[in-house]
Amino acid sequence: MLGIVRQKMLEQSLKKIPPAVSVLRSYSSAAKQMTIRDALNSALDEEMSADSKVFLMGEEVGEYQGAYKITKGLLDKYGPERVLDTPITEAGFTGVAVGAAYYGVKPVVEFMTFNFSMQAIDHIINSAAKTNYMSSGQISVPIVFRGPNGAAAGVGAQHSQCYAAWYASCPGLKVLAPYSSEDARGLLKAAIRDPDPVVFLENELLYGESFPVSDEVLDSSFCLPIGKAKIERKGKDVTIAAYSKMVGYALKAAETLEKDGIDAEVINLRSIRPLDRSMINASVRKTSRLVTVEEAFPQHGVGAEICASIVEESFAYLDAPVERIAGADVPMPYAANLERMAVPQVEDIVRAAKRTCYRSVS
Amino acid sequence: MSLSHHHLNTNILPTLSATIPTPFPLVFSAPIVSFLSFIFYSPLSLPSSPPIFSPFPSSLPTRKKMATAFSPSKFAAQPFPLNTTSQNNPLTIPTTASPFLGSTRKLIRLSSSSNLNIRRRSGTVVAVSDVVKENKSKSTLNLLITKEEGLELYEDMVLGRAFEDMCAQMYYRGKMFGFVHLYNGQEAISTGFIKLLKQQDSVVSTYRDHVHALSKGVSARAVMSELFGKTTGCCRGQGGSMHMFSREHNVLGGFAFIGEGIPVATGAAFTSKYKREVLKEADCDHVTLAFFGDGTCNNGQFFECLNMAALWKLPIVFVVENNLWAIGMSHLRATSDPQIYKKGPAFGMPGVHVNGMDVLKVREVAKEAIGRARRGEGPTLVECETYRFRGHSLADPDELRDPAEKAHYAARDPITALKKYLIENSLASEADLKAIDKKIDEVVEEAVEFADESPVPPRSQLLENVFADPKGFGIGPDGQYRCEDPKFTEGTAQV
Repeated sequence: MLGIVRQKMLEQSLKKIPPAVSVLRSYSSAAKQMTIRDALNSALDEEMSADSKVFLMGEEVGEYQGAYKITKGLLDKYGPERVLDTPITEAGFTGVAVGAAYYGVKPVVEFMTFNFSMQAIDHIINSAAKTNYMSSGQISVPIVFRGPNGAAAGVGAQHSQCYAAWYASCPGLKVLAPYSSEDARGLLKAAIRDPDPVVFLENELLYGESFPVSDEVLDSSFCLPIGKAKIERKGKDVTIAAYSKMVGYALKAAETLEKDGIDAEVINLRSIRPLDRSMINASVRKTSRLVTVEEAFPQHGVGAEICASIVEESFAYLDAPVERIAGADVPMPYAANLERMAVPQVEDIVRAAKRTCYRSVS
Repeated sequence: MSLSHHHLNTNILPTLSATIPTPFPLVFSAPIVSFLSFIFYSPLSLPSSPPIFSPFPSSLPTRKKMATAFSPSKFAAQPFPLNTTSQNNPLTIPTTASPFLGSTRKLIRLSSSSNLNIRRRSGTVVAVSDVVKENKSKSTLNLLITKEEGLELYEDMVLGRAFEDMCAQMYYRGKMFGFVHLYNGQEAISTGFIKLLKQQDSVVSTYRDHVHALSKGVSARAVMSELFGKTTGCCRGQGGSMHMFSREHNVLGGFAFIGEGIPVATGAAFTSKYKREVLKEADCDHVTLAFFGDGTCNNGQFFECLNMAALWKLPIVFVVENNLWAIGMSHLRATSDPQIYKKGPAFGMPGVHVNGMDVLKVREVAKEAIGRARRGEGPTLVECETYRFRGHSLADPDELRDPAEKAHYAARDPITALKKYLIENSLASEADLKAIDKKIDEVVEEAVEFADESPVPPRSQLLENVFADPKGFGIGPDGQYRCEDPKFTEGTAQV
């Protein structure tokens, strides 16, 4: 399919790694561990040093070193003209960043959490996402909106919503949700280089987690293609599609399922918009079963979109109804046990996978 | 021409400046910092001139001098009785017209409009610099504009008016559709400000943006085609009346949400400063103008941007087109303190009030404000008192506004006023102006013909321009746009 060929070509051009080097790399084991925090910090650092048009803007990104310490050290390195501490005015500073992006500078706007982006959502959608279309290509908006998304631990209803579905429903935006350090680095670098508005959804609980990274990933021109998912674990019995933190849960569920003889294929979506429909469909055509996992509210969510895509394109290949795992359809409760019930757990994914394989009644 | 509002009660600038941080301290060396803080400390003693602003009727000499620019009758004539006490305290004005009653009661409407005109009295006072004052007081030979400038201003205003009138005609003939908001009556602001800009300066507007685009240089044909939804429009028909964008002329929209354009304008000004300081394009002194209305001045984003623009000293001018009405909501019913220019000093920038029906006054204020921004002295808030002759949009029946009020402002038509000025001061003859009228009529007619004959956008344009860099989105498995698929409208194609 032309779409995939084009994506592959773009992937190659984005990677910019000489073939000799990559041959060597394939023999080296992924020795280094890197936290997501360091991955994001190093990505921002490298992009800012490579292009002086890139600047950061957000609450507490400068002197406080970042509300979650993602932008640590950047103020000292690049100065206050490029790492801007803003007043608490999401609507205002997001609009300012969008207006700046109209002129070709590349702001990276940090929202302390994406819940606060609701105050600025008018600018993200109306001023940023739609402008290239409304101006018929005259004005593109090379901006990145990043920040933690989704539930953290015990932060209550107003700080725990996942916005992937909200932003992914709007044409003109690219929405990315990294899982591992490799994803974080590669996708953030790609997002900053991209000439379109990108919403970059991180996860607060993943910031401290370490993942192995190869030397390839540490290269300063490492980029991942936007719009391509990754198969984290190959399998043949059931496809589990997830993004962000839920990929980790899906991998754990796959390990559990293996003991029961079910070989699960785990797809890390990476890019919610554009959604890598071709990869998901190819995987489902191979396994005939699908479980989608997300932390967000179930109605009109990413899982619903994937389900619709499968039904439209691979209906004849399905052996069982698509199972959708999502957060509970309630605002996030505070009590720890209720919160655990409101968010998908590994057991839920295992049960759902078994349901698709007709191995259990529940 | 000074812009600082030297009102006895609101002189808070010196105390504010001591604590305002700037985000670019490392860029400037120490002496310059102190120099800047000096400038910031005392805008009242700016080299340009001390401020003159007096809302009280006692300062008659000032007003008389200003009156020589235009016919003195504009200031003296009052169709309604003057009530000096209410002038001093604008908060007492709405009480005679209770804000909770609809304006369907004739008695209240009359008295509210009389109060409006009383408000207008305070509005006729304008901040004028000593220099200009002296010029006017000497003789009428020292004029504000040359003949060329005068004709340029006249032509621009007539283009705006003729274009908008043609829009109304076309709308009622069905050639234009959707939301169309016309600018009749407010041309002095657009012409007065935008004609002072360079091509690289940018303009950000609201949905009432046709004339801003025209003044900035977008051709009448391109705007008319855009309104007709044709592919030769400035946005190829994808934007529409409310979304006029032009990269070439730096018109950054066209925003439908009120208040949405203000942060975007602040960002454009931010980029100008960023380019100068970080990217080291030393001569980048681009200024941004943000146009918005009185209703927007109650919106949070307005205040957020006043704060940031003053905090970071951005080269922007916030131009309030106060036409007193937000659709059917009177400014006085919606605002606790209707004097918008006062909100500038609260954030550390000068706030100026100017008669927006007088293009020469607007131009003088604009020169100073834009000059300030270009020199790096920071933002300015300019409140232009004006009026829209038509309704909010072409779908608005415009029943709530008092006909007497409309008549009052129709008598202050900026085009007629400029025409009178040009003729009285022998800058142009009737024949010159008639020639311009005729030329503009032809331009507008030609624009309509051009738009009529232009093609509508092809189907393939539907999915274009969503991304600057599309990655397979909207492209089907066969590599063609999905909408080219013959099954597109039958619902069997996958979109």
